[in-house]
Amino acid sequence: MLRSGKEQWTSVIEPNSGWFDVNLQEIWRYRDLIKMFVKRDFIAFYKQTILGPLWFLIQPLFTTIVFTIVFGQIAKLPTGGVPPILFYLSGIVVWSYFASCVTKTADTFVANAGIFGKVYFPRMVMPISIVITNILSFGIQLFLFLTILIIFWVRGLDVNPTIWILAIPILLLQMACLGLGCGIIVSSLTTKYRDLSLLVGFGVQLWMYATPVVYPSSMVTGPLSWLLIMNPMTAIVELFRYGFLGGQLIPLWYWGVSLGMTFFLLFTGVVLFNKVEKNFMDTV
Amino acid sequence: MSEVAIQVENVSKQYQLGTIGSGTLYRDLQSWWARFRAQEDPNTKVGQSDVAKLGGEKQQFWALRDVSFDIKQGEIVGIIGRNGAGKSTLLKILSKITGPTSGKIKIQGRVASLLEVGTGFHPELTGRENVYLNGTILGMRKYEIDHKFDEIVEFAEIAQFIDTPVKRYSSGMYVRLAFAVAAHLDPEILVIDEVLAVGDAQFQKKCLGKLSEVSKGGKTVLFVSHNMQAVQNLCTKGMLLESGRLSMVGNVRDVVTRYNSYIYQDELSVENCSRTGGSGGIKLRNVVFVDQLSNKINEIFSDSPARLRIEADVGENYRNKMITIGVGVDTIEGTRLFTCLSPTNELAIRTCDGALQVTCYFNNLPFVPGKYLVSAAIIDSGDTLDMAEHCCSFQIIRQGDFYQPNDPTHGSLDIPCRFTADC
Repeated sequence: MLRSGKEQWTSVIEPNSGWFDVNLQEIWRYRDLIKMFVKRDFIAFYKQTILGPLWFLIQPLFTTIVFTIVFGQIAKLPTGGVPPILFYLSGIVVWSYFASCVTKTADTFVANAGIFGKVYFPRMVMPISIVITNILSFGIQLFLFLTILIIFWVRGLDVNPTIWILAIPILLLQMACLGLGCGIIVSSLTTKYRDLSLLVGFGVQLWMYATPVVYPSSMVTGPLSWLLIMNPMTAIVELFRYGFLGGQLIPLWYWGVSLGMTFFLLFTGVVLFNKVEKNFMDTV
Repeated sequence: MSEVAIQVENVSKQYQLGTIGSGTLYRDLQSWWARFRAQEDPNTKVGQSDVAKLGGEKQQFWALRDVSFDIKQGEIVGIIGRNGAGKSTLLKILSKITGPTSGKIKIQGRVASLLEVGTGFHPELTGRENVYLNGTILGMRKYEIDHKFDEIVEFAEIAQFIDTPVKRYSSGMYVRLAFAVAAHLDPEILVIDEVLAVGDAQFQKKCLGKLSEVSKGGKTVLFVSHNMQAVQNLCTKGMLLESGRLSMVGNVRDVVTRYNSYIYQDELSVENCSRTGGSGGIKLRNVVFVDQLSNKINEIFSDSPARLRIEADVGENYRNKMITIGVGVDTIEGTRLFTCLSPTNELAIRTCDGALQVTCYFNNLPFVPGKYLVSAAIIDSGDTLDMAEHCCSFQIIRQGDFYQPNDPTHGSLDIPCRFTADC
């Protein structure tokens, strides 16, 4: 029997992994599975609802109308010189992508306990595929936004797309990372403390009000503005808006803070997730 | 061929008993607070004692204890043991579904584990899409599935329905497709839990055939089953687990024999056998072989009549009802020899008040000498009220020739026969 130290093992199973041994190579090897999950979720969604993708349009449209009435007409919040409908819609499109990424990845372990209990694949495949699937609905909503934007533009309203429009893919990627990071932090903790999952929907809702979705960030001054700067979504929403609608550009170091926060949250999430994924089946 | 494929070193797995959820956050904080004040942790941590007692209650449980073994490449190993002996836990650790509490496992080669067929099948997707989905979940790459797709469809015998959503499949088709995908995995190490108990007999045979084909191709296979026949037919090596510890490794025949003697050393009864029952309106109380004087007996001559007495308690709602009683006899390896059912027509058994006593008469039990197991069930128009699996055992002895050895390859039946030669 070979017992020498020079043996080459394909894999070694040990009780505790280190904090940082995330196997990116393995996730890459399972990229076909990510594709299949995305395809599955997409097809399943289409086949189950009659209105199908229309739901993606109804939700932001109605929210925009409500926001325009409540915050625009009644509360008379300024929109930084941008037509209110476009102002709110742009914020909602961006925010709803982020929000659905967080809420849907947050119950990764609990929702997939059935599959996870029977077969091994890198657990990270699940949240990654969710984040990618959500890009599809984001695309549909973005399309709605662009349609309305063009209508306004043709009618000669004051919208001035800027060069920042080119940064949209980067912003989207950043949002995906951020949503993934926050989602997996929560999902890692929910394996042990279920009540956290109840907090997610609520927390995300509150988070929206700490993000310039219904008001421009320029309105916030004083010590509260620090909260806004520390919120990584602030820069994303503002830059997205600036790219399509023009207006006032935020100081760019805001974005730097936002990128830093994103990296920090994603990193924390990956480390926690990695720690939990091995033994979560025993506690779920 | 002598290279080690799997090396397991002192693997243990501990589970926390009781409810996990309410109270744990509190207890975590309590432990943390105790440690913070440098006091003894009131909730003993993993790995300190066999069963930590907390408030007189068992809180921790070792599903596996210091299990070590090596499996060489190309070996087909059957893992056997009672329910709760740790077989499934071992497979789960080997397939990385859960981690060990301590110990180390080294694996050489790609592992595919099959703890369930059809994991991740989505009802809305077509057969084709599910083949790809299930295949990738099991660790195949897309091009590998492309390559084997036709073979999979052919094996499942559902070519004409491949583009239909699986929610419209019959359960048989569903299972066939699911197994077909699994059967075409091409790993170096295959870990299989009791998944062969699916499909009809013909398909099961096909699966077993495929499995032995796989194993002949030099693959390492780990197989967990309660079907001793299947284990003996497929495996070369056996491993016996007894309450979390590995008690025997060796030739499969020896291990199965040891398992059988170990599992049936206690006298079987309705109380200590595995029970499945739905409503439980009628409960089996006792199943025994008796002689003419109603004394319990264990030994029966193969050519003599025998009577099996079945006693049951009848619930109030089940009085004066027509029921069916089923009796099955298995070999000690778990192969069903025969099943008989009481009549369902006007001659059906009627329940009376309180206790029910039924006797089942056999003209003879023509089996070769050895130990056999009886299962009994009470059925109410297709609905199983109570079933006791292996609730009674009996020993067949042969009158006269005690010298004729019992060759296991000669089968289980002892049919009287006579030879004449005309020449």
